[in-house]
Amino acid sequence: MESIAQLLQLIPKYDVLPALVRASLPMLVSAIVIFALLSLVVLFLVWLERKVSAHMQDRLGPMYVGGWHGWAQTIADAIKLLLKEDIVPELADRVLFKMAPFIVFLGAFAAFVVIPFGASSIVSDLNIGVLYILAIGSLAVVGIMMAGWASNSKYSLYGGMRSVAQIVSYEIPAAIAIMTVVILAGSLSMQDIVNAQKGGIQRWFLFRNPFTFLAFFVYFIASLAEVNRTPFDIPEAESELVAGYHTEYSGMRFAFFFLAEYANMIVVAGVATTLFLGGWTQVLPGTVAGQLVPGPIMFFLKVMALIFVQMWLRWSLPRLRVDQLMYLCWKVLLPASFILVAGAGWLAVYWK
Amino acid sequence: MQVEYSGDVMTLNMGPQHPSTHGVLRLELKTDGEVVAEAIPHIGYLHRCFEKHAENIDYPGVVPFTDRMDYCAAMNMELGYVLAVEKLMGIQVNNRVRCIRIIMAELNRIASHLIAAGTYGNDMGSFTPFLWCFRDRETILDVFEETCGARLLYNYNWIGGLMFDVKPGFEKKVIDFIDYFEPQVDNLNTLLSNNFIFIKRTANVGIMTPEVALSYGVTGPNLRASGVKFDVRKNEPYLGYEEFDFDVPVGLGEHGPVGSCWDRYMVRIREIKESCKIIRQAVAKMTPGDVQESIPKRIKPPAGEVYMRTECPRGELGYYIVSDGSPKPYRVKVKSPCFTVMSAFREISRGAMIADIVAILGSVDIVLGEVDR
Repeated sequence: MESIAQLLQLIPKYDVLPALVRASLPMLVSAIVIFALLSLVVLFLVWLERKVSAHMQDRLGPMYVGGWHGWAQTIADAIKLLLKEDIVPELADRVLFKMAPFIVFLGAFAAFVVIPFGASSIVSDLNIGVLYILAIGSLAVVGIMMAGWASNSKYSLYGGMRSVAQIVSYEIPAAIAIMTVVILAGSLSMQDIVNAQKGGIQRWFLFRNPFTFLAFFVYFIASLAEVNRTPFDIPEAESELVAGYHTEYSGMRFAFFFLAEYANMIVVAGVATTLFLGGWTQVLPGTVAGQLVPGPIMFFLKVMALIFVQMWLRWSLPRLRVDQLMYLCWKVLLPASFILVAGAGWLAVYWK
Repeated sequence: MQVEYSGDVMTLNMGPQHPSTHGVLRLELKTDGEVVAEAIPHIGYLHRCFEKHAENIDYPGVVPFTDRMDYCAAMNMELGYVLAVEKLMGIQVNNRVRCIRIIMAELNRIASHLIAAGTYGNDMGSFTPFLWCFRDRETILDVFEETCGARLLYNYNWIGGLMFDVKPGFEKKVIDFIDYFEPQVDNLNTLLSNNFIFIKRTANVGIMTPEVALSYGVTGPNLRASGVKFDVRKNEPYLGYEEFDFDVPVGLGEHGPVGSCWDRYMVRIREIKESCKIIRQAVAKMTPGDVQESIPKRIKPPAGEVYMRTECPRGELGYYIVSDGSPKPYRVKVKSPCFTVMSAFREISRGAMIADIVAILGSVDIVLGEVDR
């Protein structure tokens, strides 16, 4: 955000603007930039997901719109969603129903504030960045419950209930797995955590010690559950609950749920990259490629790799049942993450 | 303020329009949270008065109607009817007709089981097996299309013979498909059948004990999954099935009790392999001949009644036909395998969770066209 503020200085008569405007303009500009980038990446991801799934299933996927491999298919879909009628069910709670998708999206969108895309590309390097991510991630729960309740549909209610139970539960092992990294880095700031991993692949927290190595997998599994991806897509289980909490939504409001789902995928992949895979730092800093690839591109590639794994899992695994999901969280992942934190702490103290 | 827990049940209407009721079935679920206290099936949304229609059409005219009962296994549906009328009239068909009928019926059984396995994967949240199964089913439908012009509802088996003889190159096409297809079954097992999550979801769910299965009159793969080795093709052979060498797979309960959803699913997968064996033998047994030589000029069975049962993919399909000597049947009664298993649904789904209801419903593999007729 500092660089944006510096750029804004170039606007003529910027200094004579009221202080409030001067304070809020950089925020507004960075929000718009992130929203635009996010929308673009999400459009790409939706296309990618359709292609990945298609090739796994012996299909071709979108092939026509736009020419080359149907690259414009998701743009066409987005325009279609924009033009669709905005239906609110008759007996729905109108205010909550209309608000819910934006709150869900807000939770995903606000998390981008502290994700470091590059050495200087971060909206705000909060000194409690990790805490902020965990806190803002819980905001979506409110929106999902609102959507499930306000739709006045039993399937939506079930979906909302399942989703809230799932997200609230899985936040705990995810947060505790993150703590292993915080112990090693000694900071809650995302940028500090990335800087602690500078110097190539062997410096990544993933490979730094066995406890963080396992913590990465705990976090990855828990994050899959947080973003409702298969095998944890129980809230949206098509074969059971039609579409879960967004059954009754259409048009732009549905698009916002969709956008939030993919934005969340990017957030959890981004957090995993930042915490365990060295963030924007180079994989092989000594080589030529390591010199040439800019930090944000490196970050993007790592995030894409993780998202590809998410897609891969989604199209090969069946779905767990709701009690098995809870069993996995409370009886497997949570004790495992406790052990990992204790182990990482022990290593950090006694075996530098 | 004091809140009292009332223990109310919430009624959830699953269907008639729902992604996983496999047609227009309505399940009335009495739910307490995620647990379903009772699942009451309501059928009849696809009732098309088949049996009443049949009383007003001549005997050959009924055949296309039988197609529309179990549209996933139309060859087997018409085969049962045709055999019943042939039994009533005392018609003997030649070897070529029998072999082609067996090949068609078994290919159709594979296609039907592929739908069952694929949609079951879809019910369990795994979408890829669904498309793999449909990809392989396409080849079977291509063979059918080449032979009789239709891909789903064939009207191929006629009373006393077949609509057309097979095209040249049919045998090679079938054998090529079987050669390609048999390894694909193993791929499906790797992807879905032996998947840890899939086993967890299905192996202890919807147990149908042999006693329950027999007392409700459940037949076919659902009965065999409960460990009862009964197959009409073996126990009461028709079309010369006694000359073929094949096994009758039964539920072994590798992962949990016998008669679970996994067993029902797995019995179908194993039956696919047995069908492949039968098809190979039937192709080898084919002899030249005229497939229409025993079609009677006038189909007017003598007065009397007949019951003929065949093994269709979903179980034992029985046709009870009463003739009064006129060109139209006096009565056609169908003993439907899906209907009988639907009656056992309430019993085996008691106390399951919502996700289990989907698992159980998918595993018994019903086709509503046949349940309602």
